[in-house]
Amino acid sequence: MLRYTVNRILLMIPTLLGVAVLIFFMLRVVPGDIVEVKLRGDGGSVTQETIEAERKRLGLDKPWHEQFVGWMVGVATLDLGISMWTERPVVEEMALRLELSLEVAILATIFAVLIAVPLGTLAALFRDTWIDYLMRIMTIGGISIPSFWFGMIIMLSLLALFNWLPPITFTSIYEDPIANLTQLIWPALAVGYRYCAVAARMIRSSLLEVLNEDYIRTARAKGVFERLVISRHALRNALLPAITVIGLEFTFLIGGLVVTEQVFNLNGIGQLFVQSVARNDFTLIQGMVMLIAGFYVLVNLGIDLLYAVFDPRIRYE
Amino acid sequence: MRSTWMALTLLGSALAFGAGGAVAQTPKKGGTLNFAISAETAHYDCHASDTYATLHFSSPFYSTLLRFNLAKFPEVEGDLAKSWTVAPDLMSYTFKLQEGVKFHDGTALTSEDVKATYDRLRNPPQGVVSTRKATFADIGTIETPDPLTVVFKMKAVNAAMLEHFASPWNCIYAAKDLAANPAIPRTKINGTGPFTFVEHVKGSHVSGKRNTGYFKKGLPYLDDYKGIFTLQAAAMLNALQGGQVLAEFRGISPAERDRLVAAMGDKIRIEEQSWTLNLLIAFNTEKKPFDDVRVRKALLMAIDRWGGSQGLSKISTLRSVGGVIRPGSPFATPEAELVKLPGFSKDIKKSREEAKRLLKEAGVPDLKFTLWNRNLAMPYTPAGVFLIDQWRQIGVTVEHKQSDTGTYLATMNAGNHEVAIDFSNLFMDDSSLGLAKYLSVTRAPENRSRSKDAELDKLYDDHMRERDPAKRKALIRAFEKRLFEQAYQQPLLWWHRIVPTHKVVMGWEMSPSHNLGQDLAEVWLNQ
Repeated sequence: MLRYTVNRILLMIPTLLGVAVLIFFMLRVVPGDIVEVKLRGDGGSVTQETIEAERKRLGLDKPWHEQFVGWMVGVATLDLGISMWTERPVVEEMALRLELSLEVAILATIFAVLIAVPLGTLAALFRDTWIDYLMRIMTIGGISIPSFWFGMIIMLSLLALFNWLPPITFTSIYEDPIANLTQLIWPALAVGYRYCAVAARMIRSSLLEVLNEDYIRTARAKGVFERLVISRHALRNALLPAITVIGLEFTFLIGGLVVTEQVFNLNGIGQLFVQSVARNDFTLIQGMVMLIAGFYVLVNLGIDLLYAVFDPRIRYE
Repeated sequence: MRSTWMALTLLGSALAFGAGGAVAQTPKKGGTLNFAISAETAHYDCHASDTYATLHFSSPFYSTLLRFNLAKFPEVEGDLAKSWTVAPDLMSYTFKLQEGVKFHDGTALTSEDVKATYDRLRNPPQGVVSTRKATFADIGTIETPDPLTVVFKMKAVNAAMLEHFASPWNCIYAAKDLAANPAIPRTKINGTGPFTFVEHVKGSHVSGKRNTGYFKKGLPYLDDYKGIFTLQAAAMLNALQGGQVLAEFRGISPAERDRLVAAMGDKIRIEEQSWTLNLLIAFNTEKKPFDDVRVRKALLMAIDRWGGSQGLSKISTLRSVGGVIRPGSPFATPEAELVKLPGFSKDIKKSREEAKRLLKEAGVPDLKFTLWNRNLAMPYTPAGVFLIDQWRQIGVTVEHKQSDTGTYLATMNAGNHEVAIDFSNLFMDDSSLGLAKYLSVTRAPENRSRSKDAELDKLYDDHMRERDPAKRKALIRAFEKRLFEQAYQQPLLWWHRIVPTHKVVMGWEMSPSHNLGQDLAEVWLNQ
């Protein structure tokens, strides 16, 4: 198990280095210049001399290879540089938004898992009964309704029914948990519905497959209680693909909630990502890509380790 | 007839009382104003910015030498300047400063601070950006004979200088701060404005509290305020409707206005006015066939601006038909003269016939090209769709390419566009700003037609030095006529500003520019 874990961790390094190289060069071929957006984006009459001076100040006049070496040294030393838009450290910019995005992702995951596991299990156990049909309707709704639209409906309903909206500015959970949850529970609900639907369908189909396996039949033939057959033998194995889905969805929620964040006016990682792309803020985009790539490889590592826990064959390979 | 007049007089009095009645009420002190800012500034330095995002953020913290009197726009009034005199030959401006003004850190304001600020604006040290360097290039020296007097001696006459002193971008900084670090205003706020800085939570909000030592006694009325960044229109509208914010001072679209009015009824106040913004059509004169004036002129003549304004004003912020100066402003070309210029005829059938003839004569009767546009829905997309339809009616096929601001600007800067929808964003009506965009590209890099026209440049320079308003107006007309005859670029339509505020928000003045009047000193809450 130790060797397996070390192997997986070592594999993360070339993956992240590859991402660092790729994102650096991809951004350099995209047209656009942050200085132009900054100084002329609102119609300002700015001399070319001013534009060049600002490019020099931000280090954009340096040749690519120099910029690349600086970037790679920064990645190796965990210094992601300064945002060219706000001129504050990239890490600081991301940290400010990460708490909110992580919290929405965690709340949505809790919501999704708490509902999806029993729902998917019941639907599989009572296949083709009204319970199964109800679950199918709910999950198809969850998959087909875009989260941002569901979010808009939530907001408009709150407004129409109670003439009330959740707080518009973020309060940390450490400062005021009630205010924090009052704001974040709604976006978590909006994205959690889709998340829950995906996971529930996966658990249902996976459990149906497992329930037809020989070892389940053997367990039943041996007289094992049905509850134990389901919880210890069937569900444990059926959860493996669901864990992958839950893990990947969780990572997606960190940086992928762009429109939902806009609907709820959340100051999250997704909005920051879109803004940095719109402004050609290379350093911030690079930092964000590394952050999200980092989350992906970490969550994947977690999933791989969980696989090894649930499936002994993997750790003995 | 008499009764009609009486009724109209009564109605007028009632309206005047209704409108002025609110202003006439005794302002109440206290309260917190939450308002929406639909963009977030990158930094706090007014001198280095051209976006309202910086002004809506920074204006409450700073003062300027002069400012526009919005009730009598474009008249200017003193802010830090208690009084001023202008030499008859316009070669010197002497300002007497208010006494007892203090920066938020407690330092007394003197004429040295004004000098240091204007030195930074006109001649920024290395590492500092001043987007107004060219504006103040005509200043020769700045003298400070005593702590409360500052004298600007000019190198050349600039007829618009007084208005430029009232620019909201000229925030006065402390000389000692600039001496310690000329770039400090980017990251640190220390002004003499009505509010002191409390916090800026990136991506979330900026807040300020009452400056108890503000030099205008009794102001500001508010205890504090919070400018909340609402980058998405839907979130901003929800917040307005839900009362989480009480105003959005930049401007909203007609559809957004209608939604708020339908949902909120008499709880919301809507103020409307023509805007110092326009969209332009720019032909790249370095690309064939747009190097041919006949082609450019034909394309302008095919556009039914008068009809378009009626349709577009219902779905977008575009509305007024005008020339290079905002319609309705003192130097604007009257409609009777405007209709005689290419592209503004009201007889669109005849105009389009002439356009087809010109295209045929130029050898491109079935012209095809790409129209570059910005991927902002309001009002760029409807403008693009409208233009394509107008040009289709004279047999021209157009591909509409919309891209993000970075790519859009990069394409135009590199001269890779054929035709583009550009924009002009001004803070006042004065022609020194309004005409600058049309100068030769060697002088104005933001000229997206990339034209070079010595005659236009000369007309501009002459009008800048002209002290007689009537002669100045005549030079502006000549400039406009030359520009439209050559058809390098031309305003499509001017924008229309619609500002929603809750009825409890009082004392805020509507103006033609979203860059003006945002220090919030006289704003109060009627609750």
